[in-house]
Amino acid sequence: MKTQNLNKWTKVLLIILGIGLVTAIFVPIWSIYLNAPQYPEGLAMFIHSNKISGEFQIINGLNHYIGMKEIHADEFWEFKVLPYALAFFAALCFLATFLNSRKILYALTGIFLTFGVGFVFDFWRWLYDYGHNLNPHAAIIVPGMSYQPPLLGYKQLLNFEVWSYPNIGGGIMIGAGVILIILAFVEFRIAKKAI
Amino acid sequence: MKTYKKIGLAAFAAVSIVACKPKGTETAVSGDAAQKVYVAPGKHDEVMSFVSGGFNGQISVVGLPSGRTLKIVPVFSVHPENGYGFSEETKPMLETSHGFIPWDDQHHLALSQTNGEIDGRYLFANANNTPRVAKIDLKTFRTTEILEIPNSAGNHSSPFLTENTEYVVAGTRFAVPVDGQGDVPIESFKENFKGYLSFIGIGKEDGKMDITFQIEAPGFNFDLSHAGKGKSHGWFFFSCYNSEQANTLLEVNASQNEKDFIMAVNWKKAEEYLKAGKAKKMAVEYAHNTFDESTQMAKSEILKEVSVLSAKELKDICYLIPCPKSPHGCDVDPTGEYIIGSGKLAALIPVFSFDKLMKAIEKKDFSGEFDGIPILKYESVLHGEVQKPGLGPLHTEFDGKGNAYTSMFVSSEVVKWDIKTCKVLDRTPTFYSVGHLMVVGGDTKKPYGKYLVAYNKITKDRYLPTGPELAQSAQLFDISGDKMKLLLDFPTIGEPHYAQAGPAELFTKNQVKFYKLAENKHPYVTRGEGESKVVREGNKVHVYMTSIRSHFAPDNIEGVKVGDEVYFHVTNLEQDWDVPHGFAVKGAQNAELLIMPGETSTLKWVPVKPGMYPMYCTDFCSALHQEMQGYVRVSPAGSNTPLIYSLNNKKDNAQSPVKEGETK
Repeated sequence: MKTQNLNKWTKVLLIILGIGLVTAIFVPIWSIYLNAPQYPEGLAMFIHSNKISGEFQIINGLNHYIGMKEIHADEFWEFKVLPYALAFFAALCFLATFLNSRKILYALTGIFLTFGVGFVFDFWRWLYDYGHNLNPHAAIIVPGMSYQPPLLGYKQLLNFEVWSYPNIGGGIMIGAGVILIILAFVEFRIAKKAI
Repeated sequence: MKTYKKIGLAAFAAVSIVACKPKGTETAVSGDAAQKVYVAPGKHDEVMSFVSGGFNGQISVVGLPSGRTLKIVPVFSVHPENGYGFSEETKPMLETSHGFIPWDDQHHLALSQTNGEIDGRYLFANANNTPRVAKIDLKTFRTTEILEIPNSAGNHSSPFLTENTEYVVAGTRFAVPVDGQGDVPIESFKENFKGYLSFIGIGKEDGKMDITFQIEAPGFNFDLSHAGKGKSHGWFFFSCYNSEQANTLLEVNASQNEKDFIMAVNWKKAEEYLKAGKAKKMAVEYAHNTFDESTQMAKSEILKEVSVLSAKELKDICYLIPCPKSPHGCDVDPTGEYIIGSGKLAALIPVFSFDKLMKAIEKKDFSGEFDGIPILKYESVLHGEVQKPGLGPLHTEFDGKGNAYTSMFVSSEVVKWDIKTCKVLDRTPTFYSVGHLMVVGGDTKKPYGKYLVAYNKITKDRYLPTGPELAQSAQLFDISGDKMKLLLDFPTIGEPHYAQAGPAELFTKNQVKFYKLAENKHPYVTRGEGESKVVREGNKVHVYMTSIRSHFAPDNIEGVKVGDEVYFHVTNLEQDWDVPHGFAVKGAQNAELLIMPGETSTLKWVPVKPGMYPMYCTDFCSALHQEMQGYVRVSPAGSNTPLIYSLNNKKDNAQSPVKEGETK
């Protein structure tokens, strides 16, 4: 029966998504950029699935004035899990294609969206913690000031202009979420019509 | 009505008489000059120039067209600003066979070249007084090598460079007896005094300098020099005065001959003779000082031997070109065909042809010999003479469009002339007594042209007066059109002699922004605050100290005694551009330090009285710069104050705020 099979385009897209998610393991997911008068060339920090890169050491050096914790990759359990999570989702993409399984597609979509929401929440919590959990003995204390970077977009923090945007990996993950919703919806319609 | 006319006429006459007074210099600049030199905030200068400092022994880096000084690079002089020549690491740079010499007279500069074009790697500088040649690495703008020149005095015709940076030369201005045999009567000048020309080879990869050979030439005063290029590559040309070989009142006695010489040296031929073993080894003593970037430490060694080729014996390496009268500048045009001698007392500029020179040598078209060296016939090698160019021609540079620009010391002007026709095209006054001039890339095969800078000796009325000594002066001209246009006067540091310049990108692309801490191989490096310590070895106390915004570790030390030699080995832990830290301690008799990010620098301090001595950062590094400080407690000699120090990182404070120093 034809309708038991996944649509040809669904399969193609799932394969592409799988490859994309594997790629996301190896490329930066998120970028945070900082600009200040004394840093006209800007400072950049990149969050990967398993590490932090960019000039975070310099940022650490600056953050000590306001009593912010130092950023060290080994303090995040997320970096130990994230590469496997992405690999797992990629595997599900391939599995759904080869088994021609709508159920796996639905499950994948569901888990991935839950994961996505969780990821964003975790990231926000992370930024919140850094921005608010300040050393009470810091050199510079501005009453009422916290230094939580924006989750997405722009924010002015004292003399720094801070931008936060998804990088390639983040783009892939957002795209994957959107495409999965569409595929699940389309496949659901096809399956319904067949009945 | 008539009375009005009369009054009018009288007024006109009065104005006319006033107008007859010699014109001031206010009218020298025309309309858009200000726009052409204005570099708006946020923009960079188009050209980077390196200007010799003369008697201050330094080099200044000046942006053009703005004329703004960007940096002073200490080369032959100690520099308290950053501890050059005072820090333990850099002291060896100023060692010579005469001991430590903290000053010199720095005249000429040469930028390294590849295929006759500036390549932005190195800058070479001469020391005139105690003959030396220095190399400045343009990745860091630091002096990284200094080589002393034996058998030499007044290293004036230096450091001129061949088109692929094969050799930099050092020709002696003073004829001298060979090193170690100088205890002779001045009467014996003619027999005992010689002119030595040193050819310093430059390592292709590492840029290391070594004196490959010297040529023993007659006892002239070798003044200036330039390498051949293109077709004349393989030759070097030196101007020489005092062909009279007089030794007293030279003002008169060395100005008697109608013609002195330009000596043409076939250095390729000299290389062949060297390979063939024709050089004699001569025992001498000279210092070779090198700064190692990885250990950030300089060392000085004394070398003992040099190979000397005799111009008298090896007939075909040197030839004399007669040149009127007391030649100073000796410049080769971008094609390598024309050699311009500037007889500073002559009323014309002779232009010699390299092709004619080759033919004359081939045909042995000689008019005689001087001390065994063939003298070529003036007419046989002359391309032409620039007639009535002005008074006191000194130096010539080129724009690459067939034009030459010569500075006229006596008549205070720059004269532009056509190399082929030897016709004067334009002249413009300078204020006053111009010495060297520099066209951007003007001594290379491909001049950048566009700007000419005149370096003047006298600056009366140009700047606000500053007591008996006035500012030194440079003047910037636009030479992009047919007529030279004065754009700017700007004061300089020291007495600028020569300069070198090129498009800014050539130098900006290679900049080192900071030293990587992981690559710091200094023997006393402290790579993190945890490694900071104080170690006593007899009466020497080594402090392994770090600096980071905004504290030192350790910040307090006790147990130092009068008579101790304290070595502060300060490592700047920053890994960010433009975050140096300074270090100073009360009563230091040498200087402060200025330590670049990732660098280790050592200050020796010998306290002479007991007390509490503050130390602090001298370079405003951060909002907490003023808090970046600590103390050294000095007890009387023989007291038993324990050697302790405090590290201010939190972990240490939590356990114990104070650590004990090691004693070895």
